[in-house]
Amino acid sequence: MKPHKYTESPVLHLKLDAWRSRAIVVLLMAAMVSLVGRSFYLQVINNDFLQEKGESRYRRDIEVSASRGRITDRNGEVLAISTPMKSIWAIPSDVKLAPDQSRALAQLLDLEQRELNRKLATDRNFVFLQRQIPPDAADRIAALKLPGIHQEKEYRRYYPSGEMTAHIVGFTGVDAKGLEGVELAFQNQLEGKNGSRSVIKDRRGQIVEDVGSIKPPQDGRDIQLALDGKIQYLAFSTLKQTVTDNAAKAGSVVVLDAKSGEVLALANWPTYNPNNRERLSGAQLRNRAVTDTFEPGSTMKPFTAALALEKGKFRFDSLINTAPGKLTIGTATISDAHPHGVLTLAQVIQKSSNVGTAKVAGTFAPKEMWEMFDSVGFGKPPRLGFPGEVGGRLRPYAHWRPIEQATMSYGHGIAVSLVQMARAYSVFATDGELLPLSLTKLPPGPVTGTRIFSPQTVQEVRTMLEMATQPGGTAPKAQVPGYRVAGKTGTAYKIENGVYARKYVASFIGLAPASDPRLVVAVMIDEPSNGRHFGGDVAGPAFSRIMAGALRTLGVPHDAPLNSNLQVAQVVAEPEGM
Amino acid sequence: MLRFNMALLLAVMLCSLGVITAQHKARKLFQALEAEQEHARGLDVEYGQIQLELSTWATHPRIEKIARERLKMQTPDPAKVVVARESSPRGGGGAK
Repeated sequence: MKPHKYTESPVLHLKLDAWRSRAIVVLLMAAMVSLVGRSFYLQVINNDFLQEKGESRYRRDIEVSASRGRITDRNGEVLAISTPMKSIWAIPSDVKLAPDQSRALAQLLDLEQRELNRKLATDRNFVFLQRQIPPDAADRIAALKLPGIHQEKEYRRYYPSGEMTAHIVGFTGVDAKGLEGVELAFQNQLEGKNGSRSVIKDRRGQIVEDVGSIKPPQDGRDIQLALDGKIQYLAFSTLKQTVTDNAAKAGSVVVLDAKSGEVLALANWPTYNPNNRERLSGAQLRNRAVTDTFEPGSTMKPFTAALALEKGKFRFDSLINTAPGKLTIGTATISDAHPHGVLTLAQVIQKSSNVGTAKVAGTFAPKEMWEMFDSVGFGKPPRLGFPGEVGGRLRPYAHWRPIEQATMSYGHGIAVSLVQMARAYSVFATDGELLPLSLTKLPPGPVTGTRIFSPQTVQEVRTMLEMATQPGGTAPKAQVPGYRVAGKTGTAYKIENGVYARKYVASFIGLAPASDPRLVVAVMIDEPSNGRHFGGDVAGPAFSRIMAGALRTLGVPHDAPLNSNLQVAQVVAEPEGM
Repeated sequence: MLRFNMALLLAVMLCSLGVITAQHKARKLFQALEAEQEHARGLDVEYGQIQLELSTWATHPRIEKIARERLKMQTPDPAKVVVARESSPRGGGGAK
């Protein structure tokens, strides 16, 4: 081919079909349209995915943790509080530790080095090395900058008063949910709600800006209990002492404010330390005062007397013949521990005569007796809000046999919890009104209850109960120096396998000052086995100590001359005191 | 026309510099706020811990033990207690 000029190029002179160039143009245009369309689709119509991807490059959602509310007593003393701790966890496959690093870590974690290595030698990809360590130790671990070791904030619950308030406060599990006591009962209020916020973080991990909405964390509400720390301590230490002294199996104490129905103290023995709950037995965990029922025995008698007065069937000084100390109803025989002759109704209560009480009860229709029991709250849970509250046993009156009615009048064949019994006694502490119980502190002001007995009846029963603590009564040891005390002993046989065993429940329930009661104290000692088993000997002195201390704590004015009771209260009286 | 455009350009430049400074200041303030909030949380935690410590030191058994053993305190003998009554009529009030 010979050379030629550009203009003479044969290619320029080729005549191609016109459709070919048009086809190219159309193809190019189509490609462009599809590109524009695609980008329109991605940017405008379906842009969520890409926007999310973009945001995830700089935006972080962080959880803002809320703390659980505190539980305090009525004076603001802390009974349960959460404090942040760190839990250290690891991804074992990421962990590469030099020997000295491993030693330092083990030391900060308070672990043996071997133990640490054992924990890391697992094929799981998540392992807790140590839970709930103090924040400063966690900071030092973070400063080691070890690969694969991470930490997480957790709250740990502390109970400063320990075993003393264990049953009333309860405890939480590892996931910070209430498992027992007030922690469970008030779970909804105590629980905090975690908040969240979306933020932009810079390269150094610092928060630069808030984006999107912030959901503030809601800390749990603090719960202020009606409990009085001082009275609780007094009740607990006295109970512990009494149970030990009498070689008893268990015991409970309940202290109520007679004016408001607030639970000022509630203690059980045996108990446990809620801060360290390893190897707990059911016996330790049980909140006996609320979840266990027992046949109350003679502490039931004042209700029989009150009903007799209320129905006008007896007067305060009506005579009842209790000789010869035995009474046979059907095939069963009721007897008194000490036979008495002719007694007034008041003396029947003072001396705690079973025969006398059974005779009084014989004049009631079963229905009216059942209605009275029901109205003071026996047979139904006291609705304190505690987990596992029981209502006790009160059989329907339609099936009562005469002997059952007789035994129920002095507290056998009917089962109640100590809290129920204490609450029922509040009827005698007010003017005959039954108050609703409250675990939490109530605002000051009068509390209205349900009227059960007339003030006149209550006044008379209270006088009878006062006689029981005076010389000639069953519980002179329950006296409190400087105060008039009204109360009743109970010594009941325990039922084992359906028959009454030679085991006892000794109890004392009383109120003081008798002129204007402020407190109801109920003491129950299960199976005292150190020679004494009468309520007046076992529970009476405990009652006296708790009541004396509580009244002094509350600054209740004396209503009796101090010296008259002194000789009884002080076993070894000081000479100048007389 | 050119002069007007130049003026606009200058205005834009100034505004954008202003935006940059404002943004920078905002971030500085925001970080300070974050730090303060962190501090507040820290104090809150410390308050809780101190409260816990307080209640641990002030448990009733401990107080009683110290009062009885170290300070040799005791409950007053009821016979030595004098009760002053407030509300009784003038002259007749006073002690038992």
